Amino acid sequence: MSGVNVKNLCIRFGSNAVIENLNLEVRSGEFLVLLGPSGCGKSTLLHSIAGLIDVSDGIIEIAGNDVTFAEPSERGIGMVFQSYALYPTMTVERNMSFGLRVNGTPKAEIEQRVHRAAKMLQLDSLLQRKPSQLSGGQRQRVAIGRALVRDADVFLLDEPLSNLDAKLRTELRRELKLLHKSLGSTMIYVTHDQVEAMTLATRVVVMRSGKIQQIGAPVEVYEQPENLFVAGFLGAPGMNFMKGTVSVAGAAVRFVSSHADIALLASTFKSESLTNEKREAVLGVRPEDVRIHGAGEWSGTVQLVEPMGNHRVVWIDWSGVTLSAVLHDEQDVWVDSAIRFSFDLRRISCFDQATEQRL
Amino acid sequence: MNPLTTPTLPRAQRPTRRRPARRITAARIGIYAFLFIAALFFLAPLYVMVVTSLKPMDEIRQGLLFGLPQDITFEPWRVAWSEVCTGVSCEGIRTGFWNSVAIVVPSVIFPILIGAVNGYALSFWRSRSADWLFAMLLLGAFIPAQVMIYPLVKVLAAAHLFSSLPGIVVIHIIFSMPVMTLLFRNYYASLPQELFKAARVDGGGFWRIFFQLMLPMSTPIIIVGAIMQVTGVWNDYILGLVFAGRENLPMTVQLNNVINTTTGERLYNVNMAATIITSMVPLLVYFVSGRWFVRGIAAGAVKG
Repeated sequence: MSGVNVKNLCIRFGSNAVIENLNLEVRSGEFLVLLGPSGCGKSTLLHSIAGLIDVSDGIIEIAGNDVTFAEPSERGIGMVFQSYALYPTMTVERNMSFGLRVNGTPKAEIEQRVHRAAKMLQLDSLLQRKPSQLSGGQRQRVAIGRALVRDADVFLLDEPLSNLDAKLRTELRRELKLLHKSLGSTMIYVTHDQVEAMTLATRVVVMRSGKIQQIGAPVEVYEQPENLFVAGFLGAPGMNFMKGTVSVAGAAVRFVSSHADIALLASTFKSESLTNEKREAVLGVRPEDVRIHGAGEWSGTVQLVEPMGNHRVVWIDWSGVTLSAVLHDEQDVWVDSAIRFSFDLRRISCFDQATEQRL
Repeated sequence: MNPLTTPTLPRAQRPTRRRPARRITAARIGIYAFLFIAALFFLAPLYVMVVTSLKPMDEIRQGLLFGLPQDITFEPWRVAWSEVCTGVSCEGIRTGFWNSVAIVVPSVIFPILIGAVNGYALSFWRSRSADWLFAMLLLGAFIPAQVMIYPLVKVLAAAHLFSSLPGIVVIHIIFSMPVMTLLFRNYYASLPQELFKAARVDGGGFWRIFFQLMLPMSTPIIIVGAIMQVTGVWNDYILGLVFAGRENLPMTVQLNNVINTTTGERLYNVNMAATIITSMVPLLVYFVSGRWFVRGIAAGAVKG
């Protein structure tokens, strides 16, 4: 039992409230990713769980204990920072053992724990090096190792892969996931990178300006975004949006915009949204749900084709509206030529224009 | 020649060929002339001092200020070091030298240690009043020392520290605090905050993080602080004169006594030798550590 429970958390710097009344329950053994644009308060939330930022109001519990006012070292956490934050004057071994030396762990046990962590992270041969003699990936491994030796209940990771190049990032991401699998400990991971969030998370928490927008499994957050922000933040290229009105007549739902009249499926709507009133709405279609084929219902012009290796992104001008479509097959698509396409109606999202909430 | 028919050089060689030759312009001549005159201006007195200190008095009386010594003698140096009268006693300026050493050593160690702790606390353990405290401390750097002399004499007398070695050391600690704190605060402010947070998660307390993490990383700025303190304290005159007391007068004060003592003939060669010996320590520090010194000035001045 090593979950984290955040209740009614408020964090203010002076008169500026960064986080207001936030509630979050992290289950034991879960890999929870806090995702959001920079300045959304995700790092602040993580640092407050670590005890590095003073909480203005609310309660933080780790493994069932109230740690709201506990020292960082008393919380049973291990932390990894974006800049690695290795102690430059100490060797890898001393970096990893610093925390254990501070709390007076017997020498034999320190050695055993450091070597176990070093072995897990393939750092055995680097133990006597200084951080300046390591590459970026090795440094981040040491930083992870330093958190590991603490045998913490909860690991907090603050954008740990952001300073690495793309290839290393993918590699270390996979290693992190495997590490979580073998340790089974609770991990809270902050990132602004949606790919990291999608691949690593058991559950994703999407945040904006100090508020949680949606919590759910990666697939759920991606396919059923709760509001326009979540829909737009996840996915590359982003979701296609069209403004129009939604009206319900019996079992038939229609979306009408300036250049389309689409019959939608009632099953994609929440039951409470299926009222008779006409609503100003935004229709959202993921690029992979724009299907390009000769028998398509709609026609447009190809603006641009971006080859991405294993797929192509086709930008379509649909009488003034720009749509992106992801194409996985080999069919010929020529720039400036006309094209026919349709939408996969089962996978469509619709949002209220005023409240920006999912309908 | 047609550029198309010209055999092209390997690319790597081109830039060196095309680099414009250093032309001698009027401005450049002016700069060099100015630098030359400036160097002369500062070197001429040093030359005269060295030359004079190596001449016997007979030769000096001939009045050839810039002439090389005919008959080199090191006697004035010996006299200056161990025989010349500094006021009442006639034991040379060596007593002053050792007094200055006794003042400088603690006046370097303590200000650096205290300044480092101050800077560390101000940049990492930010209390609500940190900025306010720092502003107050900086204000201290702008108040001329003379204003504080009289009140400090009263305070030290009340604490029974006036006219003693601990007294003068305390004074140097006090006056060095603004600059030392500023120096270390700026240095620590340039370190990543995450380093400190990592140490906090690892369970480090105030002193452990300071001694095991921050201090070992502070070598460059400690060197800078040491240079500033050694030269500053060694060159001090007024504070030493007022606060050190008879027994502990620093070398600068004793040098002044040597030169101002007028009994019989003025021994210019001895005066020169004594002056050179006195200025040897800061000169040495500058020569050995010029690079660090400039770095320290930059560190203190650029970041506020």
